[in-house]
This record gives sequence, structure tokens and C-alpha cells, in this order.
Amino acid sequence: MIEMINVYKKYPNGITAVNGLNVRIEQGEFAYVVGPSGAGKSTFIKMMYREEIATKGTIKVGEFDLVNMKDKDIPYLRRHVGVVFQDFKLLPRLTVYENIAYAMEVVEKNPKVIKKRVLEVLDLVGLKHKIRMFPNELSGGEQQRIAIARAIANMPRVLIADEPTGNLDPDTSMEIMAILEQINTQGTTVIMATHNSQIVNVVKHRVLAVENGRIVRDQLEGDYGYEG
Amino acid sequence: MKVRTLKRHLIESLKSLKRNGWMSLAAISAVAVTLLLVGSFVAMLMNVNKLATDIENDVSVRVYIDLAADEKEQKKLETELSTLKNVDTVEFSSRESELKQVVGSYGNEFNLFQGDDNPLYDVFIVNTDSPENTAAVAKKAEALENVAKVNYGGATADNLFKTMNTVRNVGVIIIGALVLTAVFLISNTIRITIMSRRTEIEIMKLVGATNWFIRWPFLIEGALIGFIGSFIPVAFISFLYVTIYDIGTTYLSGTYFALLTPSPFLFQIGSAMLAIGIVIGAIGSSISIRRFLKV
Ligand SMILES: Nc1ncnc2c1ncn2[C@@H]1O[C@H](COP(=O)(O)OP(=O)(O)OP(=O)(O)O)[C@@H](O)[C@H]1O
Ligand SMILES: [Mg+2]
Repeated sequence: MIEMINVYKKYPNGITAVNGLNVRIEQGEFAYVVGPSGAGKSTFIKMMYREEIATKGTIKVGEFDLVNMKDKDIPYLRRHVGVVFQDFKLLPRLTVYENIAYAMEVVEKNPKVIKKRVLEVLDLVGLKHKIRMFPNELSGGEQQRIAIARAIANMPRVLIADEPTGNLDPDTSMEIMAILEQINTQGTTVIMATHNSQIVNVVKHRVLAVENGRIVRDQLEGDYGYEG
Repeated sequence: MKVRTLKRHLIESLKSLKRNGWMSLAAISAVAVTLLLVGSFVAMLMNVNKLATDIENDVSVRVYIDLAADEKEQKKLETELSTLKNVDTVEFSSRESELKQVVGSYGNEFNLFQGDDNPLYDVFIVNTDSPENTAAVAKKAEALENVAKVNYGGATADNLFKTMNTVRNVGVIIIGALVLTAVFLISNTIRITIMSRRTEIEIMKLVGATNWFIRWPFLIEGALIGFIGSFIPVAFISFLYVTIYDIGTTYLSGTYFALLTPSPFLFQIGSAMLAIGIVIGAIGSSISIRRFLKV
């Protein structure tokens, strides 16, 4: 489903963030991306939705060839890849409902479909009762749940999360994990970069350890493997 | 584009216009001022052009008869004129009837020139067979006896065309500067909109909105500024032109000359102004979309 062969990424400032990386992730898998700060985890992940373009190598996501693709096709790739960040990126002026509907409106989904789907994903993240609230009226964990609901609204085949629990306390982080697990159970591939050793060690999944822009350990049901 | 999408873009653009209140107003005013000048200027030039063409097409040569000439000499002159090459007809117009015409077009103040105070000449109006021959006929008429002076349309037309060229060149420079100012103000407004909507743009890109979906609202916002800005001058110039046309028609009645009639002219110039306004707006926003909207 996702395949990277001999991928390099050199930033314009000369830093080589990804340095000959090889990986293959099947549809429906759940994989953690772990490793020290600056190892290249975020760069690796960003290349999956073409936020960054590989300098060299082959990247395939579904039927998309990310190295040779035309810029005008990027939006259609993005519709298959949902993304969640540490800082949520919700629109402050829109309500919970509007934030999620927004993601569907801008890809020109039918209003009826939007209404139904927003309620569906809100139900999945357990926040149907906060539908009319604004982001600043929600806790961090709730905001992240809305961000996840938005990321899956267009039914992507892959959900990418870059440190989704980075700003959250352990209990809230576990709630987020439960939601990600559930989304994964429904068949969506989940790829999550994290520094949270507790989660990785407790909620067991495949672990991809990145160091110096390479995968140095690829372990099913793996553990975090770094200090703290 | 789906109707729903178009509606959405329009609403987004209108929201931004409102949110940028003062900037939008400045940009709209700049378009209005620019188009007011463009419109007045073009209206003026086109009418002068029309008059000059009318004059140029005028086949008549006015031969002013020396005041000292007696009736016999006048008759002789008339015969000489009618035998000139390319001359069709020769008509006599007395000083009195000349003055009546002047009073008719310019008003009663000229009445005090009645009788012996009449400063005008008796005139032979010589009609040539085509406008091109007026100059040659005038030249020959000038050489005849008892001719005070000779006047024909071509000379006046040439002067008008020359003046018009100068006026046009100066006007184009001024209008160019104004258009640039308007474009600059519009692009600045759109830049502010783009900056204030950074997060929305980021999310649109992330979830897979197409580049054109992201661009349209900004483009429409610029076009709207141009459109709204051109409304005021179109209305103003239409009103002004109808007024001027009424006055001008009174003055020119009974002559060979006329202003352009408002009916097709105002529609033409009005729609041209609207189009220019919209194009200025679209160019202004395109500049900012290119520079600040990285899609
Ligand atoms: N946009 C960029 N331009 C230049 N260099 C960059 C850019 N983004 C990242 N880098 C560099 O690339 C390297 C890898 O960065 P990356 O963000 O991928 O690491 P990371 O593993 O996600 O780190 P962290 O755990 O701190 O998030 C770092 O040395 C970083 O300074
Ligand atoms: Mg990172």
C-alpha cells in the first residue's frame, strides 16, 4: 500500500533528513514511527502526502507515484491520506460541526452526504454533544478528537498522525489511542510518529525506529526502545 | 464549476470584502476614480473624433466675399466659382442669414450685431463633389478676385486631429498611472485576505481541495472590487453625457455636425468600463495569488 525504496531527502539548507530509507506498509496496518529528535520522522511522514518531495528514490501510496506525479494531482492523493498534528489546526471561527464539514465542502462533497458523515465521525470520536461548540470551548483532548474526526471525514485509506498526543496528558492520550485503534479496525492504515514510550509499549503495534534518516529497526508488536 | 461551489466562492469573497472594510473601500475608490477619468476621457475623444470626421466629410468650402465688391462683381465671382473643376453647386448666403444662424446656435447676445454692426461677410457656399477636393477648390477660390478669405472643413479637421493626438498621449500616461495605482491597491487587499486566511488555506490543501478551488474566492474578490468600483463612474458618466448631449444637440442643430447619440454609445462605453474594472480587479488579485498563495 505504501512503499518507499531508497528514498533520500535533502533540504535546501543542505541537511539530509532522510538518507536511503526503505519501507513497505500494507493496507490496514498500524505502525509507530519512533526515534530521537531530529531523526527524520516528520520528514519521512510528510513525504507520504507530498508535503515534502523526495530528492531521490521511489515512493508509492496506493496507485499514486509520488515522485513522478504532477502537482495538479496532489489534491487527489491528499483525499486518500488524512493527517493529524500535535497542534490540532482547527479553525477558531468555526464550530465543531463546521470544522469537520469544512474539510468535506472544500472537496465539493454533496451537502446531504456531509451532514450524515459529520454526525457519523462525531459519534465515532464521542463528541456528538459538543457539535455547536467552538474549538476554544474544548479541552486539548477534545480538540484533537475533532481534528481526527476531520481527518477521516473524507474516508481516507491512510491516517497519518505526527505526535498526536504530544500536547496531551497520559489519560487523554489513551483516549486518543482508543479512537485511532477503532479507525484502524475499520480498515484504515494508521501511521503515527510519537515520543510516547508508554503508549508504544502498551498498545502493541509494528514499530519503525528511525535514526539518521534510516529505518534501523522494524519490529511487529515492537516496543519503544529508547529512554523516556 | 457546480452552482453550489460558485455560490460558496461568492459568499467567501463577500465576507472578505466586508472583513477588509477600509482596504476594500480604498481599492474600490481607486477603481472608481480611474474609470471616471478613463470614461470621461474616452467619451470626449470619441466625440471630438466624430466631429473631426464630420468636418472632414464636409464637402463645402466657404468663400467670404470682399465687403467692397458690388453686385456685378459678386455675380462674376459666382460664375467663376461654379466653373471651377469639381464644383457641384454654389449657394449664396447673405450676412443677415449668416448672423441668424449664429444667433440660432449661440444665443441672443449676438443680436446686437444686427444691421450695420454685423461683423460677418456675405458668403458663397461652394459644394465640391467629394471631401478630398475641398482643399484644391479652396486654393483656386482664394486666387479669385473679390475673395476676402476661404475656409473649408479639412483644415479644421486636421487641426482637431493633431490636438486630439496630443491630448490622447498625455491622457494615456495619466490613466496608465491611475490603473497601476488601482491594481496595486487591489493586490494589496487580496494579499491581506490571503494572509488572514492562512490556516484555512493550509487545511484546504491538506484535505485535498484543488488549487483552483482555493484560488477562486480571491480572484472573485478582486473582480468584485473592480465591478463595484466601476458602477459609480458608469452611472455618473451616463447622467453627465445625456445632459451634455442635450445641450450639444441644441448648439449643433441645423449644422452638418452631431455628437454621438447616447443610445449605442453609452452602452458601449458603460460595458467597456465595467469590463475594464473587472479586468483590473482580476489582474490585481492574480498578482497577489501568484506571490502569496503557494498552491
Ligand atoms: N523544512 C526544513 N528545512 C530544513 N531542514 C529541515 C526542515 N525540516 C526538518 N529539517 C531538518 O531535518 C532533520 C529531520 O527533521 P524532522 O523534523 O524530520 O525530525 P523528527 O524526527 O521529526 O524530529 P522531532 O522528533 O523533534 O519531531 C532535522 O535536522 C531538521 O533540522
Ligand atoms: Mg517531528
